[in-house]
Amino acid sequence: MRSLIDITDFSVEEVTRVLDLADEMIADPARWRTAMQGKILATLFFEPSTRTRLSFESAMLSLGGSVLGFAGADSSSTTKGETLTDTIRVVSGYCDIIAMRHPKEGAPMAAKLCSDVPIINAGDGGHNHPTQTLTDLMTIRREKGRLDHLTIGLCGDLKFGRTVHSLIGAMSRYPGVTFVLISPPELRTPDYVLQSLQDQGIPYRETESLEEAMPELDILYMTRVQKERFFNEADYVRLKDTYILDPEKLRTAKADLRILHPLPRVNEISTRVDADPRAVYFKQTRNGRFVRMALIKTLLEDMQ
Amino acid sequence: MNIDGIKRGIVLDHIQAGRSMEIYHDLHLDELDCSVALIRNVKSDAMGKKDIIKIDDDIQVDLDVLGYLDPGITVNIIEDGRVVEKKHLALPEKLVNVVHCRNPRCITTAEPALDQVFRLTDAKRGVYRCMYCDAECRR
Repeated sequence: MRSLIDITDFSVEEVTRVLDLADEMIADPARWRTAMQGKILATLFFEPSTRTRLSFESAMLSLGGSVLGFAGADSSSTTKGETLTDTIRVVSGYCDIIAMRHPKEGAPMAAKLCSDVPIINAGDGGHNHPTQTLTDLMTIRREKGRLDHLTIGLCGDLKFGRTVHSLIGAMSRYPGVTFVLISPPELRTPDYVLQSLQDQGIPYRETESLEEAMPELDILYMTRVQKERFFNEADYVRLKDTYILDPEKLRTAKADLRILHPLPRVNEISTRVDADPRAVYFKQTRNGRFVRMALIKTLLEDMQ
Repeated sequence: MNIDGIKRGIVLDHIQAGRSMEIYHDLHLDELDCSVALIRNVKSDAMGKKDIIKIDDDIQVDLDVLGYLDPGITVNIIEDGRVVEKKHLALPEKLVNVVHCRNPRCITTAEPALDQVFRLTDAKRGVYRCMYCDAECRR
């Protein structure tokens, strides 16, 4: 039984197969309307989320399956003191596959160890968010036609940004990729991520200036400074407006740059950028639905 | 106990000088009924100084814990007053309930029944990472 806890649980070939299937699904959604008929997805969201949860639910409904679950720990047995592992043991008897988000890092791995059905990590604290990474990979591949030989700028909160860590891990497996890590010193990429890049001989550089990095980028991945990751609100207030992407900053960008953002955004991308053809973050959310459809189908078929 | 020669038991040799007390506690040797001798600052050609622990009983030593604490230790198994086996240690691939994750955001802080599992991710630097949250535990 396969689960997806970390993007590197899937080999490059397996990722390619999921992305290929997602491309087929986006080309002809009607063909897949009954593909998962009779199957049940449980969405267990112990932490608030709008788009990820709705994206999973939309994905399962688009495949003809059904959905049950909860949105927020307040509406689960957690408030009665039930442990995560007990919740998973119970719920895995009610469904065929579970997508879960949890504020504690590593919760999906703990769930996987006691579940009878596949677990999809829909985000665990500041740790991993592999389906966002699949969405990012799908978007980059559809926009650039490839995942190799790209210069990728990651900008904003590179310390707590789980999407950033997962994306670096995933893109590190393709040849010719260079990372430009753009952040204030307080939100630098963690040392273990940098060490891993060094060990693999993958070129990267760190900078505090988005303007300076802009001309060389093929992909600009913007992130939000997440209030919920800070213990100290003063630090959040100080750092939240460090980078704001606007049309002026894009003047030196390549004509075929693509701007991604896992959303939701607060103010780090000006709405004036939305009309720029290089801005693909809304396409990215649409891709998320199809890549989750492909993932659900892949994991459930692997069970058979 | 004659610490020069035991009939049946275990000798932990090549312990880094000064670390024998720590190993004594981490292996829970204080809970044994048998004689245990800690010999500190023994002259050693290879190490300059070393510690030795002699245990006068054939107990099961957790080699994973020992390998994690000090992979340079040699475990000598003694029978009939002779060394019948020498075990050289290495960093174990996995540690279960040996060290605890210090990441306050890790699921293990909220679910105490979970085993604390660390995997060796970088043998060269001796880096272990929590199986759940990937937090580092450097030796």
